[in-house]
Amino acid sequence: MGTRDCNHICDESSPGIGEAGRTGEWRTSLPVVDDTKCTASRLNKPTCFLCWLYCPEAVMTKAIPPTIDMEYCKGCGICAQVCPVQAITMLPEEKNIG
Amino acid sequence: MAVQRKSNMHIIDGNQSAAIAAKMSRVQVVAAYPITPQTPLTEQLSQFVEQGELKAEYVAVESEHSAMAVCTSASIVGARAFTGTSSHGLAYMHEMLHWAAGARLPIVLACVNRAIGAPWNVLNDQQDSISQRDTGWIQIYCRNNQEIMDTLIQAYRIAEQVYVPVMVCYDGYILSHTEMPVDVPDQADVDRYLPPYKPHTTLDPANPKNYNLVTLANPRIGVDGKLYHGYMELRYLLQEALQNSRETILQAGREFNEIFGRDYARMFWEDRSEDAEITIVAMGSLAMEAIVAADMLREEGLKVGVLGLRVFRPFPKSDVVQALRKSRLIVVFDKNISYGSEGATCSEIKSALYGTYINASIRNFIVGLGGRDVKARELAEATKKAIASLKETVINPDYPEWICQI
Repeated sequence: MGTRDCNHICDESSPGIGEAGRTGEWRTSLPVVDDTKCTASRLNKPTCFLCWLYCPEAVMTKAIPPTIDMEYCKGCGICAQVCPVQAITMLPEEKNIG
Repeated sequence: MAVQRKSNMHIIDGNQSAAIAAKMSRVQVVAAYPITPQTPLTEQLSQFVEQGELKAEYVAVESEHSAMAVCTSASIVGARAFTGTSSHGLAYMHEMLHWAAGARLPIVLACVNRAIGAPWNVLNDQQDSISQRDTGWIQIYCRNNQEIMDTLIQAYRIAEQVYVPVMVCYDGYILSHTEMPVDVPDQADVDRYLPPYKPHTTLDPANPKNYNLVTLANPRIGVDGKLYHGYMELRYLLQEALQNSRETILQAGREFNEIFGRDYARMFWEDRSEDAEITIVAMGSLAMEAIVAADMLREEGLKVGVLGLRVFRPFPKSDVVQALRKSRLIVVFDKNISYGSEGATCSEIKSALYGTYINASIRNFIVGLGGRDVKARELAEATKKAIASLKETVINPDYPEWICQI
């Protein structure tokens, strides 16, 4: 058996990004940030960042403009829901649909 | 090897025997919820902790489900954990029994065997532990209070070597509330026999780990770049651990004999088996009653022996085949029933013999459910009935006979 030598008799892992695999592959909706609407980007100030705060996968960066790690974004759409200025739009993730 | 040591006989019941054994095994966490007939066991242990005789954390939980949850948490961070329960309590614990075995935690549980409702019944049979057969626990059954003491100490030794939890089963009331002489070992000897528990899991804030979280069907690459088992590989390893635990169980029994002078290097007990053509199979205290029945039948000139099952999981298939090779009739008494089929130990015996050269007839009797008294005379009569049935057919019937008034 290929994984026989890993010495673990119960499931074990170290906490870290990508622990459950590349969850970005699960995504059917793709968040797209409109920097002209995003408060932090528009004011060029470290402010708002509700998308960063609410992202359950911690893939949103607290940057100007905010960026998203698409390797692990599952496309849940919480960022789009919490954005007070509707700067985030969920588009169909064509490569994972149909 | 003859062992020279003074005996330290106490007249105690089965629950006291289990409590003293847990104390001498230096358990560090006890989490239990009282249920008849296990209650005096937990009362005794909480008293040991209260009086400072046992340095352990006694967690008074609100349910058996929580009791096993506490034991798994304690065990995974390196504490020797103990619990005891019976009947509905064990059934309530079912989910966490799977968890303890799946997480490979060497917890020891004393199951004081009791019937399960409906209807309500607090008396003895083995339906409770048999219902937990497939949870991945090693199951060892005791015939008397000395075996409870000795088996419980051995259970930690076995569990902590193979990282599989062990259920030590003993019959409610017949053993749990019946006083008999028990040789209580010296603490120094138990310490010599039982080294401290070395967990395979670690809790280290400098090197954080996740244990037993979502595991996918296939092996996966971890964040450290190494390949980790998938769910099925982990299930295979649990099966492999039980399959290979026989040698550990026998060695624990052998070394127990070297220190304490009582030999447990066996998967089951045999009595008068050398020339037996007819073998009675029973498990737990019933195996003692069967010896009395065999003696009665021997007086009538019948060559009867007894196979008293001790280790039910892993089931010792090849040992059983070896022991039953001379039998032409095997009479299996079960204090449990797999409804729509037969007694659980009968199924195991049949399964072990299939494909071997042994072609004995097998007769199964369901006895003693819900505390119905099982007399040696009844076992002897049933055995004679089984012998007589061979004149009609040697084929095994589809279903067992019940010794009751229907």
